[in-house]
Amino acid sequence: MKQKIRIAAGQGFWGDLPDAPVRQVEGGPIDYLMLDYLAEVTMSIMQKQKARDPNAGYAKDFVPLMRRILPTCVERDIKVTANAGGVNVRGCADAVMREARELGLNVRIGIVTGDDIMSRLDELLEHGIELRNMDTGEPLSTVRDRIQSANAYLGACPIVDALKQGAQIVITGRATDTGLTLAPMIHEFGWSNNDWNRLAAGTIAGHIIECGAQASGGNCQYEWRSIPNLADVGFPIVDASPDGTFVITKHERTGGWIIIPGIKEQLVYEMGDPHEYITPDCVADFTTIQLEYEGRDRVRVFGIEGRPATEFLKVSISYSAGFKAVGTLVYSWPDAYDKAQAADRILRARLDRLGLKFEKVLTEFVGVSATHGPLAGRPSADIPEVQLRVGVRGQNRNAIERFTKEIAPLILTGPPAVTGFAGGRPKVEEIVAYWPALIPKEEITPVVEVLET
Amino acid sequence: MKVQLLKLAHARSGDKGDTANIGLIAFSDELYPILVREVTAERVKEHFKGICHGKVERFELPNLGALNFLLHESLGGGGTLSLMTDAQGKTFSTALLRMEIELTDDEYGSSSLLS
Repeated sequence: MKQKIRIAAGQGFWGDLPDAPVRQVEGGPIDYLMLDYLAEVTMSIMQKQKARDPNAGYAKDFVPLMRRILPTCVERDIKVTANAGGVNVRGCADAVMREARELGLNVRIGIVTGDDIMSRLDELLEHGIELRNMDTGEPLSTVRDRIQSANAYLGACPIVDALKQGAQIVITGRATDTGLTLAPMIHEFGWSNNDWNRLAAGTIAGHIIECGAQASGGNCQYEWRSIPNLADVGFPIVDASPDGTFVITKHERTGGWIIIPGIKEQLVYEMGDPHEYITPDCVADFTTIQLEYEGRDRVRVFGIEGRPATEFLKVSISYSAGFKAVGTLVYSWPDAYDKAQAADRILRARLDRLGLKFEKVLTEFVGVSATHGPLAGRPSADIPEVQLRVGVRGQNRNAIERFTKEIAPLILTGPPAVTGFAGGRPKVEEIVAYWPALIPKEEITPVVEVLET
Repeated sequence: MKVQLLKLAHARSGDKGDTANIGLIAFSDELYPILVREVTAERVKEHFKGICHGKVERFELPNLGALNFLLHESLGGGGTLSLMTDAQGKTFSTALLRMEIELTDDEYGSSSLLS
């Protein structure tokens, strides 16, 4: 058994710094590269892409990335865990396999499926599994005909199986981001599936690095002016030990920092009840986490306790929820705020006269109150400029379309000293909304396969 | 003596659906009990009047010197449904740091508390 493994985070979301994974592989020693591509609505975007092209539906960037780093990964035996497969895990694996063959490399690619329950929804509903919205309590039947994708969050276990079968790269669909980090620890250290404290520790390690540089100086409020060289920020790395303790660090000669206040910021990010951070693998207790420095850019994390996993998996369902559009204009000094407010009144009067029906109309004044609302107080009378930002949402696409034609005319038919319309009419967007639900674990059977070149 | 939270703590915020979460972290262990005493769920609800339309829950993490707040019904429907600039609640953290809390003279006098 190894006494230490290094797991490096390479992507905090689909669209993160393209070179970050390359730098993690080339910048120093690592054993695993973890890539998290899936946010809540990413699956539905991928589903749409797959509907247009059956070969699509996964994180496309992953394939050229693997082409770039695969030779080094093979040479140095660096393994990759990634939920890049989206709704077409096999398509993603095949594409990576083609690259490997072209490079003349022998690799084993593990694929994890079984998360997609789209085709089973009616059967599940018939069996009394209601898939109620976890936030609102509504039954799924209210949106049944508008559903675009439905996936259960799989945990670390199937990824561990793939690693056991010798996979160098493991590609999953909707696997939890924490599972991508926990799985290598379970595999390398032989942790048992009821060793709750260690499973919780690995889960929390995953939580710390799953947002990439947000643990190493990015978006860090604590003394943000002092953070060194963010232009060259090093992404976080977990130095994990068999006893469940670990150190958060980053490669030498990279920017950013690993400091306790920064790790604390990431620990509380998107947190619910800290006593029960629920994943498919365990329930982690964030109130047991202890932090201490173990050197420059090294924070040791220990003391973590966990409890048995629940009997459920979370399900991520996406459904079509109408349309929206957002229009903006910029008003300048003098009286910038008054002019923006007057323009909003004129716009709303015109929308009323047109008889357009919206579920929601939201006006914001960027530069005044868009982020902090009434807490920001009245702006200075001398404020140099204000951006008027009006958004509408509704089920009727035509009404939203009509709204987009009312923004530009305000330049010639509204208050003066206005600009900022170079982009043309606002775009009408289809809204794909997120429906979180729970499903009993026994309903989901993860499937693991290992492909060889 | 009134002091703005910005002087006593840092924070990070995010979203889960229509709920914003704010993790508020004391600059030092000595300041944490003051946050626990002053920054109650009720005060946070009052502070975010007109922004948070649901209840506010508070959780304590004494091991991190941190409080976690859940502000329900705060993000205009949340996720892709929201029309807000800050649909993900990323700036709720600094909005909370605007809050002014009361320190005793002793607490205020102990200038090491203030950054």
